Amino acid sequence: MLSVSWLLIALPLASFFGLMLAGRRADAWGHWVGVGVSAATALIGIVAFFEMIGRGASDRAESVRLFTWFSGGEFHLDAGLLLDPLSVTFVLLITVVGTLIHVYSVAYMAHDPRRRIFFAYLNLFIGAMLLLVTADSYLLLFVGWEGVGLASYLLIGFWNHKPEYATAANKAFIVNRIGDLGLILAMALMFAHFGSVSFADVFAGADGASTAALTAIGLMLLLAATGKSAQFPLQSWLGDAMAGPTPVSALIHAATMVTAGVYLVVRSGVIYEGAPDARLVVAIVGALTLVIGALIGSAKDDIKKALAASTMSQIGYMMLAAGLGPIGYVFAIFHLVTHGFFKAGMFLGAGSVMHGMDDQVNMRRFGALRSAMVITWATFGFGWLAILGVPPFSGFWSKDKIIEAAFIGEGWQPWVFGLTALIGAGITAFYMSRLFFMTFHGQKRWTDGQHPHESSLLMTVPMMILAAGSALLGAILGVGNRFQHWLEPVFGTHEHGEPVLAVPVLTTLTLVLVVAGVGLAYWMYLRKPVPIEPPPASLAVLAARNDLFQDSVNRAVFQIPGTHLTRTLVYADATLVDGAVNKQASGVAAFGESTRRFQSGRVRSYSLLMLLGFVVIAAILVVGG
Amino acid sequence: MLIVWPAVTGLVLMTVPPVRRWAREFAVGASVVELALVVGLLASFDRSQAGDIQFSELHSWIPQIGASWALGVNGIGLSLIVLSAVLVPLVIAAGWKEDDAHSRRAQYLGLVLVSESFMVGIFAARDVFLFYVLFEAMLIPLYFLIGSFGGAQRRYAAVKFLIYSLVGGLVMLVAVIALYFQGPGGEQAFLTANLTGLSMEPWVERLLFVGFFFAFAIKAPLVPVHTWLPSVAESARVGTTTLLVAILDKIGTFGMLTLCLVLFPGASRWAAPFVIVLAVISVLYGAFAAIGQDNMYRLVAFTSVSHFGMIVLGIFAFRQTAIEGATFYMVSHGLSTGALFLMVGFLEARHGTVSVKAYGGLQKVVPVLAGTFLIVGLSALSLPGMSPFASEIMVLIGAYPAAKVAVIVAILGVVLAALYILLTYQKLFTGPTPTAMESTKDLTMRERLVVWPLIVSMLVLGIVPALALDYLREPSAGIVAIVSEEAGK
Repeated sequence: MLSVSWLLIALPLASFFGLMLAGRRADAWGHWVGVGVSAATALIGIVAFFEMIGRGASDRAESVRLFTWFSGGEFHLDAGLLLDPLSVTFVLLITVVGTLIHVYSVAYMAHDPRRRIFFAYLNLFIGAMLLLVTADSYLLLFVGWEGVGLASYLLIGFWNHKPEYATAANKAFIVNRIGDLGLILAMALMFAHFGSVSFADVFAGADGASTAALTAIGLMLLLAATGKSAQFPLQSWLGDAMAGPTPVSALIHAATMVTAGVYLVVRSGVIYEGAPDARLVVAIVGALTLVIGALIGSAKDDIKKALAASTMSQIGYMMLAAGLGPIGYVFAIFHLVTHGFFKAGMFLGAGSVMHGMDDQVNMRRFGALRSAMVITWATFGFGWLAILGVPPFSGFWSKDKIIEAAFIGEGWQPWVFGLTALIGAGITAFYMSRLFFMTFHGQKRWTDGQHPHESSLLMTVPMMILAAGSALLGAILGVGNRFQHWLEPVFGTHEHGEPVLAVPVLTTLTLVLVVAGVGLAYWMYLRKPVPIEPPPASLAVLAARNDLFQDSVNRAVFQIPGTHLTRTLVYADATLVDGAVNKQASGVAAFGESTRRFQSGRVRSYSLLMLLGFVVIAAILVVGG
Repeated sequence: MLIVWPAVTGLVLMTVPPVRRWAREFAVGASVVELALVVGLLASFDRSQAGDIQFSELHSWIPQIGASWALGVNGIGLSLIVLSAVLVPLVIAAGWKEDDAHSRRAQYLGLVLVSESFMVGIFAARDVFLFYVLFEAMLIPLYFLIGSFGGAQRRYAAVKFLIYSLVGGLVMLVAVIALYFQGPGGEQAFLTANLTGLSMEPWVERLLFVGFFFAFAIKAPLVPVHTWLPSVAESARVGTTTLLVAILDKIGTFGMLTLCLVLFPGASRWAAPFVIVLAVISVLYGAFAAIGQDNMYRLVAFTSVSHFGMIVLGIFAFRQTAIEGATFYMVSHGLSTGALFLMVGFLEARHGTVSVKAYGGLQKVVPVLAGTFLIVGLSALSLPGMSPFASEIMVLIGAYPAAKVAVIVAILGVVLAALYILLTYQKLFTGPTPTAMESTKDLTMRERLVVWPLIVSMLVLGIVPALALDYLREPSAGIVAIVSEEAGK
């Protein structure tokens, strides 16, 4: 199955083109094609996984050469896929979660006249995302990288007849493009230093490369990762991206695409090993975003935006882990996988709530929904316990490991990173409990005439499966360090020191902070009534509600100067550059006018004759010569 | 034959009255025959020898001054000829409904066919004098195409175009004559091959380089000699503009590559820093100006200024990968910008305006048109998987070692491209639909047949760029060898 892995990409893309070109006649069944194709990729992924498991550990990486892609004199590159435990992990996550979300969407989008198009876009996303994680060169990865960006753009703007949704789509694409510059420059650097952009050549060359070169490449890759993964300072697009239909938020903006930045950093581990400074910056960016996301998540009343902020924060954890070096890579990916399940589950839960509440997203208008939708409450509850890190739910296995790993090291770093990760866990517990309590418990604060109801099985079954994953996946992969051994062929084994605080102490501290966070949320949002209008807030809360003023900063620093620059330039082009030419031209024209009077006045026929004459002469010369 | 056929048919169309009734059919037929001839040429071209001139023809022309009728193509010239032959029938089909009067239609299409002859001739010329003559003579049909058919400002635009081109041409003429005296003389004095590798005084070489470069920079066009292009684009017919920007402007970059670099390698190296600065300015200037335009023709024209900056940057990096990328970009840009202009033309045909402000919310009404526009737009912002990306990335990573700062600055064009394309798409197609737009017709079959082949070509070349690179690799290597040989001295 590994040898036909190109089907992973070809099938969804073929389905995308097919569904787009099929037209309205495919409206009745197009969505099932989308589901079927996604399920087929999941099947291929599972078979490939078992095939790989059956091999010896050293034998688990397979390169599949597809065709000669670039055949330049110096720039020669084959299009090829690399299937190793890391990429297969991603393939499984993407296809399994992806298929569940496809099924869910059949019901969620049932009333949308453009459902076929929606599934075409979802398939496009699956194909591009699988290309991203299976590519064997940075350039092919980049094709998938921008491909998922395009799918994200199309899906955020799926309802772009609302102007602000169209703006959100543009914002996501353009902010991501800023990050993409990093990847292009990283490739330029690789080509300059190693003469190639394939993983094999770059990693082989990285051994002998200078620290300066590797640091530059590492920082450029990080820039790309911050764009795609909504990390500081390119995080502002993710909240607005919630304009897309909720299944999109679950699949693209929680479980898979936004984690691509983590994949990029981890995949480039060899480069970061030679560039400790760049690695440190990765960890700092992760730690910073972890806190920023958690703070924003604590203040949002829009359920999807609160979840988006949480995603940002959780990816901050992964980025922090990736910045810790080889000890952190496994846990970054581990958390990425468990997060993919529990966050997708919670987003689908949010979608189910919206479905029953006439697309209401304001949590101040929810409350007491447990009674109306028990399944949604229960599945969401599993996700909530998982992200809190309550044992034995999934998050406990993955997040606690990151906290532990953050405390390993020397000097100031373990203390700063460790404490940040630790405190982050407390804030996470607070905002997630706030969200959970405000939505499902307390008094009803519904608008008049609302009759919340449980969603259909097509929606709840995927939620249940994801809930099961939220509960069990961590233990399945974590017991006996199974996941670590699985990824060993990629990352190798690494001896590492003990955390600066003992592990039991850390586990206890984490749990104490989590309990404190839940307690605070209980006290603020369950014991006290939740006002329907947001209460007047201190500057700090106001800042968090406004995404820490990221948009205002962007506007002041880029948008306004950019607009002025554009206007000035257009004006200058018309008056100065072109004006100067015109002034000269009017002189010439006056001269031309006076000469023209001497001529017959029929410049046109005169030139036409000239042309004719020229052609005749040319013809004679050709024939005669 | 390839050169003469379109001109002859074009002249027949203009002068023989009975043919006029079926002018469109006749013109499409003629251009398709030309395309078939070119495809035949492509099929018999020996790819393994793509760096050598093939299909050579050499006739004595005006031996007294050393001019020969010398033709032949290597992989670069051939790919541009293929581009021309593909675009002309599509452009003719795109303007199917434009004229009501037979005679006017015949005039227009005749001129288009005559222009095609010149394009093919220029890309195949390998005699400097012949190149120059064709370069200048081409202005005649173009002047009439712009000045007689188009919008209200067409006279102004045509004169502007003519003056710009004549000034450039005049300077070049001086350089051409001066070059003669530097060369070996004799009956074949102007053959490009005989003028390559001359040893000249550096100041002479530099002066000659400037003479040629000036003309090509106007044609390409580079900032600050670009202002004729937006004026022409907004005033001329969309078909004319498409041909002009997608193909004829390539003569500028083609000339830089095959004449400036090859004939004056030392001077090219001397001028490179200056040219690269101009190129980078063009990239950013064009992009910013495009963002600020309301007239879509002007907008697309400015995006081209930006893209030409990228091509010139690739050429003057003197690196194998960058030059391959630049030549590939010439073809990709022709497909992408050609398609973009044609799409704007389709919008204009529906609502009679090309002001972005006048449009809105069209995606709901005309999904196919919207989707096609978006794909074409994405190609212009260099989305991976389409050929403009493949060429742009080669230019960027190929030029990086030679011009680090330039590449880092020029790369901002990648973000700006996303701005000018997506903001335009947003304004045209998203949001609420104005009442005036509600009955807009979706893309007709004819229009689909015009644009979709261009999209398919971009996808094919984007997914398998090797198809094009196999033609461009050897000639690029030849040029790099000449330019860097000089460095060894």
